[in-house]
Amino acid sequence: MSEFSLLDPFQYLNLPLGEWVESILQYLVQNFRGFFRAIRWPIDQVLDISEGILQSIPPLIGIIFSSLLGWQLAGKRMGLFCAVTLFFLGLIGVWSESMTTLSLVLTSLFFCVVLGVPLGILSARSDRIEKIVRPVLDAMQTLPAFVYLVPVVMLFGIGNVPGVLVTIVFALPPLVRLTNLGIRQVPADKIEAARAFGCTPRQMLFRVQLPLATPTIMAGVNQTLMLSLSMVVIASMISVGGLGQMVLRGIGRLDMGLATVGGLGLVLLAIFLDRLTQAMGERSDSSNTLHWYETGPVGFFVRTFRGAQAK
Amino acid sequence: MTDSNDILSIRNVYKVFGDQPDTAMQMLRDGSTKEEIFEETGQTVGVFDASFSVKKGEIFVIMGLSGSGKSTMVRLLNRLIEPTAGTIELKGKDITGLGDADLLDVRRKEMSMVFQSFALMPHMSVLENAAFGLEISGVDKDERNKRAQEALEQVGLGEHSSSYPHQLSGGMQQRVGLARALTNDPTILLMDEAFSALDPLIRYEMQGELIRLQQEQERTIIFISHDLDEAVRIGDRIAIMEGGRVVQIGTPEELMRNPADDYVETFFKGVDVSKILKAGDVACANSGCTIRINGSVQSPPTNGSQFGYLLDNSDKLQGVISLKGLDATAKANPESLLAQCMDSHESINSSDMLQDAVKTIANSDYPIPVIEDNGTFKGVITKDLLLQTLSR
Repeated sequence: MSEFSLLDPFQYLNLPLGEWVESILQYLVQNFRGFFRAIRWPIDQVLDISEGILQSIPPLIGIIFSSLLGWQLAGKRMGLFCAVTLFFLGLIGVWSESMTTLSLVLTSLFFCVVLGVPLGILSARSDRIEKIVRPVLDAMQTLPAFVYLVPVVMLFGIGNVPGVLVTIVFALPPLVRLTNLGIRQVPADKIEAARAFGCTPRQMLFRVQLPLATPTIMAGVNQTLMLSLSMVVIASMISVGGLGQMVLRGIGRLDMGLATVGGLGLVLLAIFLDRLTQAMGERSDSSNTLHWYETGPVGFFVRTFRGAQAK
Repeated sequence: MTDSNDILSIRNVYKVFGDQPDTAMQMLRDGSTKEEIFEETGQTVGVFDASFSVKKGEIFVIMGLSGSGKSTMVRLLNRLIEPTAGTIELKGKDITGLGDADLLDVRRKEMSMVFQSFALMPHMSVLENAAFGLEISGVDKDERNKRAQEALEQVGLGEHSSSYPHQLSGGMQQRVGLARALTNDPTILLMDEAFSALDPLIRYEMQGELIRLQQEQERTIIFISHDLDEAVRIGDRIAIMEGGRVVQIGTPEELMRNPADDYVETFFKGVDVSKILKAGDVACANSGCTIRINGSVQSPPTNGSQFGYLLDNSDKLQGVISLKGLDATAKANPESLLAQCMDSHESINSSDMLQDAVKTIANSDYPIPVIEDNGTFKGVITKDLLLQTLSR
């Protein structure tokens, strides 16, 4: 044993952080199983419903429906683009896997919005909350996913539900940040005008702040979706199905064909979702003056219907 | 101070910006100046012992350069900024101590505000913007849209109700801002540099619009401005602020004739006198030779005038007579006096602005008579007098 040295005090001084985490985790696993099961429940429900719907729609109907949606949101070109992307997904034989992944992503998006937007609003309203929330978000974004993959498995088991959970952890931060930013960026003169006309804090939020922050919040939704998609591959390590699983299996078996098909599927899905949410963000911009029912297929049918009536 | 005509009276209002307003207030009471307080405590005194009252139906202009505290002042009135000390009485009721609910009520019903930056909501149509105040007061949709449409028509934007703010020009946007404030039908209209962001022509037009609206509705308006020409044009009374202090309050003419200090005087130095003074303020009763209908002539001692003004028994102006051809015999007879009058003569109403009368006075051969609304003779304005007044 060497003597105590001032130059290297850490031979004697150390913090057994790793051991602490393990014992805390052990304690949680043994005593709070019920609590963690309860968290699983809502995720399970939403996931079941969304996967049930997406898997039961025949591919052709799905393609037609989403291209109509694209047309409604951003015009005919977008509609065509959606149709082509999804058609290609079917063509390379990953339709079913894509729908599983899509349902995972949409479920995690649902919970991200439910948690993230209110959290963003709270941190926009109080500097103190923002100060607390910020480092937590930093940790969520930078902590390598593998670190919390293990405890999540210990607490929640394996499968799609814990997969959604780790995806939420990874994808939540940008939505909180951008909601916070969007609300804080609402011009001060609009806030002052709203106050001068007697807005309550609640009216201020729903009539002024949220509508004006919508484009920024939609950018957050877009980012959350993209991060969710990239997390799906990592989450497949805890036995999450879908395109990620294909990629993982392909890598495991050195089957480049399988991995590429899965990867390409993810990219196509990502492009599809990115364009769609971007279009939604642009729609929420103030420069759009047409009502939603005046554009797209709905507008087309409304016009045709009115035209028929006029005759 | 508690005149029954006063709709709003402000007494000894202070505003200290910073985290130790009490310390600063104590120092103010002990007689420290703003600068001393800022140096010692870092607190900024925004408004310093302001007291004034606003009469029902007048346009009260608060004027000052930037940093003089005028924008802070107007925000103290509807408590967008909380006053540190003092009382603000609206219709005799102090509003400084109101709770949240009552304060919202004041903002919704009593005071509406028009902003320099327009501050329209970009996600709402013009009609929705105009109806904004009523919407948050919980007025149902048909009613609020009807009233908003009426307000938009008042400001000449009836046809643009379904447009969006970004499709309108600056002047039109501010009309929407004005309509939004009018829709609430407030007791007091607060206008914070409402026209300052507009280009000069549009600004002039909007001032005219405001004067027209005021003639129709007799609202009480508190108008913030840094532009003296604007203040003089629309203001019934002007309060001049400097460094958070109200330096002087009065009609434009009072301020010009008796400035309280150099600051006020410099303000008025560049201003066009003819825009402030009315013909009646200038007209001099002594300078004209008046002839009664019964023939008695009153001629002022230093009179070189060649013209006389024929008045009837109730001092109403009947005509202008050249004194050259007037002989004693004609004086006795009212009919011949009337016959001696010039075929036609010009006259100015005493409430006309001097600037509108300059041309008439300059082009006339005789000193122009000034009459009251009911036709009573008030005096005359000679070219000499006009030049003296303008070259002040």
